[in-house]
Amino acid sequence: MTSGGPAADNRRRVLVAMSGGVDSSVAAALLAERGHEVVGVTMKLWGGESDSGCCSVSDVDDARRAAQALGIDHHVFNFADDFQRHVVDPYVEDHRAGRTPNPCVACNRHIKFDKLFRRADALGFDLVATGHHARLVADGSAVDAPVRVARAADGAKDQSYVLHMLSQGQLRRLVLPIGGLTKAEVRARAADLGLVTAAKPDSQDVCFIHSGTGRQVFLGSRIPLAPARLVDTAGREVGRVASVELVTIGQRRGLDLGGDAERRYVVDIDRAAGVVTVGRQHELLVSHQPLDDVAWSHEPEPGPLWFQCSAHGQPRAGRLEAGDAPAQATIVWDEPQPRVAPGQSVAFYGTGHRSDLVVGGALAAAGHRLTAL
Amino acid sequence: MVHYLDNAATTPVRPAAVAALLPLLTETYGNPSGAHRMARDANRVLDDARATMAEALGAQPGQIVFTGGGTEADALAVRGTVAARGGIPVCSAIEHHAVLDPVHHLGGRVVAVGADGRLDLAALEEALDPSVSLVSVMLANNETGIIQPIAEAVEIVRRKAPGALFHTDAVQALCWVDVAEAAATADLVSVSAHKFGGPKGVGVLVVRDGADPEPLLLGGGQERARRGGTQNVAGIAAMAVAAAETLAERPAALPRVAALRDRLADGIRAALPGVVETGVPGADRSHKTANICHLCFEGIESEALLFLLEKEDIMASAASSCASGAIDPSHVLLAMGFDRDLAFGSLRLSLGYGSTEADVDAALAVVPAAVTRLRERGS
Repeated sequence: MTSGGPAADNRRRVLVAMSGGVDSSVAAALLAERGHEVVGVTMKLWGGESDSGCCSVSDVDDARRAAQALGIDHHVFNFADDFQRHVVDPYVEDHRAGRTPNPCVACNRHIKFDKLFRRADALGFDLVATGHHARLVADGSAVDAPVRVARAADGAKDQSYVLHMLSQGQLRRLVLPIGGLTKAEVRARAADLGLVTAAKPDSQDVCFIHSGTGRQVFLGSRIPLAPARLVDTAGREVGRVASVELVTIGQRRGLDLGGDAERRYVVDIDRAAGVVTVGRQHELLVSHQPLDDVAWSHEPEPGPLWFQCSAHGQPRAGRLEAGDAPAQATIVWDEPQPRVAPGQSVAFYGTGHRSDLVVGGALAAAGHRLTAL
Repeated sequence: MVHYLDNAATTPVRPAAVAALLPLLTETYGNPSGAHRMARDANRVLDDARATMAEALGAQPGQIVFTGGGTEADALAVRGTVAARGGIPVCSAIEHHAVLDPVHHLGGRVVAVGADGRLDLAALEEALDPSVSLVSVMLANNETGIIQPIAEAVEIVRRKAPGALFHTDAVQALCWVDVAEAAATADLVSVSAHKFGGPKGVGVLVVRDGADPEPLLLGGGQERARRGGTQNVAGIAAMAVAAAETLAERPAALPRVAALRDRLADGIRAALPGVVETGVPGADRSHKTANICHLCFEGIESEALLFLLEKEDIMASAASSCASGAIDPSHVLLAMGFDRDLAFGSLRLSLGYGSTEADVDAALAVVPAAVTRLRERGS
């Protein structure tokens, strides 16, 4: 062991999920530097056609080369069946049912932080690490204070939103080594280490969808896509869309609205009737946002919270009111906010000095109260 | 101490083969197609190796085509025959991808196997008609070790598709089966050196007189214009040494390795519930190559098991790996009708000429415990 590493009893067996990108490569490097027993793993998630994402052969090559450079073992786990069942199939079904899924959240929930955690446990690892830009902090000074996901040092790259589903059991076995670094610092470390991933561009799109052909082709080959009428809030037809399944609440781009100069947004989708309603920006606003699948990282804490409704959205202030069932709740916004597409993840953050801490999350439900605003 | 139980994937090169290889890289390095003395010396090495391989495979020296390995030999047989004769190829569903993929590529037909892992001869008969120009059935399966009914298949092909050639991929067989006898009626036979103690990247396709596939590589006229390119003289000579040793040792190695394999398979089956020994419902393994112990464990995934075995220095494998290195469920097991979940829990322990009692002891100490751990903790 190198000098400066942890004492023998602090040395842990850590399984690092290595996508082949720069963040997870540096995450592995930092853990290895600290003297932990580090093994890298790349998950093969998708066998279909795609040019991006975390499971192409070239990404596996990059992860393997990075592991070789760091002197750590590297394995490939084939989770393609689980990925199909828990991420791809629900993604398609959500579109069919008129919801707007977040497959990265589904992948984290079912693959990275469930399947991979169980595999790591069975193989005798103490901890699992990922290259997410987020930090783990103790929420309070008590010895048994809960562990929280906190926003990353690099606010522009913060990924705490996609980690909102983690429980204390998962958080206590997780390491996020790069959350305290900016992206520039991560790239600099990778370059210093001579890693092939140092200058690799960030991944952006849904990893299992080919960027050239897009959702239209992906979904169109799996479910029938139906055209719909575009109407304004007074019910007048203002255009048509080819595939109602590809339309999302709040969408502005990609709507053929003729020469109308004012910006219009999708404010409602009635799949059964084949009608998409568009309105002015203020017509998108609601006072309440219903939620399903509410889950807390520790104790429930309804009341005033901050809510983030998309991966890079701004947090908005509101109050969480408990619903009829434990997994249901409603956000009462302090100020009217755009309605959130059903199926989208909503991450809850604390207030005051805890506003960087994720305390829970949920999925946006349908059935906004269309209160006149 | 590492226990290498993956001899069906590749084997250590025999010391005598290494010894044969080195001087051909440093001293007798002439191009065998040349005219001078150094070239003739190299060509003499090739001629000797050709004679040795012909004897080992029951062929004439002129029927030996040296290739860059088993995959190339299979490709030359399948693609080369269809290119020369037209028509379509037919193969079994459990072929190695080196045969299966070109057959698919050429729009060929795939014939089912039974639950016992052997070619369904009635299905073969149904798949044949005059449009078929090539039938390929492996001699022994690379995953399960199950030996295929080659003589019966050849007989059916001669009767139902008399214009078709018969190819057998004998890559897994040479150590454990008398290929000269078992493939005596085949028109084309593939072997690969690294499966029997030779180096990687060298192989042979036996081309019986009149079979004449269209070459894949043109230029230079080597191998009687059936495979262009300067021969890998050193690798070929090492292959011949390995083949000769393999055949000489086979009478002694066969019962010794079979006994090791039986102890291994019996021991794991006795130690654990929920184990299926592939193609071996009882205790009779006479229809399998002597070296392969292939098991499927209920309730676990192979890649987790292999990880734990590797930690204990046991090198084994599951099904075939894809390009990314991930393990996919075996097409061989799926063709035999295995449930997909059970196919995900497969393990192949394959012995070789160097395997010892200590290797078996180590596997018996580790495999049942690892399977039990994975079943208890989930994977």
